[in-house]
Amino acid sequence: MTILLYMTTALRGLSANKLRSALTVLGMLIGVGAVILLVAVGNGSSIAVQSKIKALGTNTITITNRGRFGRGPATTGTQSQAATITAADIKTMSDPNQAPDILSVSPVLSASVTASYQDASTTVTVTATSPTYLPAEDYTVEAGRSIGSSDVASSAQVAVIGQTLLSNLYPAGANPIGTDIFVTEGKNEAQFQVIGVLAAKGSTTGVDPNNIAIIPYTTAEGLLTGYTNNFKQIIVEAKNSKDVNAAEAEASDILASANQTTVANLPFFVINEQSLLSTSASTTSTFTVLLGAVAAISLLVGGIGIMNIMLVTVTERTREIGIRKAIGAPRGAILGQFLTEAVLLSLFGGLAGVAVGLIGSRFKIVGVKPVATPTSVVEAFVVAVAVGVFFGFYPANRAASLRPVDALRYE
Amino acid sequence: MSPVPSGSPSSDRQLPPVIALRNITRTYKMGDSEVHALAGVSLVIERGEFVAIMGASGSGKSTMMNIIGCLDVPSSGRYWLDGVDVRGLDETRLARVRNRKIGFVFQSFNLIPRTSALANIELPMLYAGVHAKERRARALAALDLVGLSSRAGHMPSEMSGGQQQRVAVARALVTNPALILADEPTGNLDTHASDEVMNVFESLNRAGRTVVLITHEPDIAERTKRTVRLRDGLIISDENTTRGPRRAEMGAAR
Repeated sequence: MTILLYMTTALRGLSANKLRSALTVLGMLIGVGAVILLVAVGNGSSIAVQSKIKALGTNTITITNRGRFGRGPATTGTQSQAATITAADIKTMSDPNQAPDILSVSPVLSASVTASYQDASTTVTVTATSPTYLPAEDYTVEAGRSIGSSDVASSAQVAVIGQTLLSNLYPAGANPIGTDIFVTEGKNEAQFQVIGVLAAKGSTTGVDPNNIAIIPYTTAEGLLTGYTNNFKQIIVEAKNSKDVNAAEAEASDILASANQTTVANLPFFVINEQSLLSTSASTTSTFTVLLGAVAAISLLVGGIGIMNIMLVTVTERTREIGIRKAIGAPRGAILGQFLTEAVLLSLFGGLAGVAVGLIGSRFKIVGVKPVATPTSVVEAFVVAVAVGVFFGFYPANRAASLRPVDALRYE
Repeated sequence: MSPVPSGSPSSDRQLPPVIALRNITRTYKMGDSEVHALAGVSLVIERGEFVAIMGASGSGKSTMMNIIGCLDVPSSGRYWLDGVDVRGLDETRLARVRNRKIGFVFQSFNLIPRTSALANIELPMLYAGVHAKERRARALAALDLVGLSSRAGHMPSEMSGGQQQRVAVARALVTNPALILADEPTGNLDTHASDEVMNVFESLNRAGRTVVLITHEPDIAERTKRTVRLRDGLIISDENTTRGPRRAEMGAAR
């Protein structure tokens, strides 16, 4: 018997019980569809997280001063000493001879202040920094201009504002460039001219990165209480993404020698965006594997459904099997016939599942845009057919093993 | 050449007998006790014979049919089917023997449901590996022979019992087997349909086919040429019943 004949015979067998066949196919459909869709959701959320992290700037290293360090070569016992990041350190790091992999260093001094324009006022994060902070943090200027080194040098009272601040202070459609806003922190108050507006930027931390006013760090003196020429935080930008680790080492070495201690003893908290990226990638891939495993279980359940229905079919058609054997069907022909039925069920389920999975992954699911991977589609389909062969074999073999004399007697 | 048991009808042909049974026994285990369905049967049926095997239920005639049809194997004794010793044949070879040498007709027709008359007739040739074109042609010829050319596309459920049984006969003869073996072929049919089916068997036999019927109806047995009676697993009589011409009128008047 040729494959085509097996197919037509199997199709005839399946169409004898359309509802039952359809339900079995549905079982496989759900299994295959779930694998494709859930893997796509896992994959989609992984891509989303990574792109958000990339939006933070992947070439940057954030160094935060946690205050004091204890034991070091220059100190003894438990005596502790304040570690500092000074303007001189920043200058050293910016020197391409001493730190060849560092593109720029931006001191960062942030404080929550009240900003007001005309009658409107709001709470905003003021970040006092250098012009290099903007590209390092992936901020782009949408309108007007960024702060420049001349602004830093002249302690210019200028600010670049984020989208949230813009909408909080200004009526919709108003042009803020050239207007003056007032910034108040405690007793200190200063007036800043808005020179630019930042483009909106994504967030990973839950803190709105667009509720910001960026001012030259020299201007912060006398305004922000934290300003002591000892920066709480600096952002180091590497020349390119593969130099991030080298840049981190150079910055750490410079800070360690300036503070007369070792890198290990520096009380600085260093966040390397690239390590964050790889951590998140491994986290989300674990998540994807977990989702895929859950879906694979439903694929298995679908396979058991096929086996169940094939066992019922074989029992129901015992007499037919007897007739076929009596008129000379060899064992292989009976095995092939019922195996083909099982595989057709899984094949239909697999195809429909692929369709449902691909269609389903076009929609947003719990805020995630699923991204179906060709591998998961092919794998789910192949596994579905393999499941059909595996679970179809036992019932088919049972049919093929029936003794014709017993099968013919079956009522 | 197979040995022929003593007491067999004489044959002037070189060909081996279609059926040669020698001291066949078949024992079933029913719990602790053993049931001797066949207790030592020897029988020879030559090519071209038309034989009825008769017996009450429990006489062993169904067991005999199963053994002759290679659906079951004897507990002891030897069986040559068309010169082939079927003892020790494995499952695959037995299937091939059934396919090539025997055409079955069953009491309950046993057509494959949801499969057209023509496809049912093609089925044994399918398992024999006959090409589609030849299959179709031979199936149509067989259907014509039983007088149902117009029913080729009908499903079994769309045909009367008599028609179904004639399709089954067509399926049995389409592979050109050495033996047509019918188990109570008229058991589920009314008088008229029985007569039609018996007419087909008679005409097949006249064309030289070997036909063996298992039956418990005397008037069916009367239409054959030889009647073998079984009781308690043994042959109690074996007589020629040839009565000359076909007796269709009598069958119809029954």
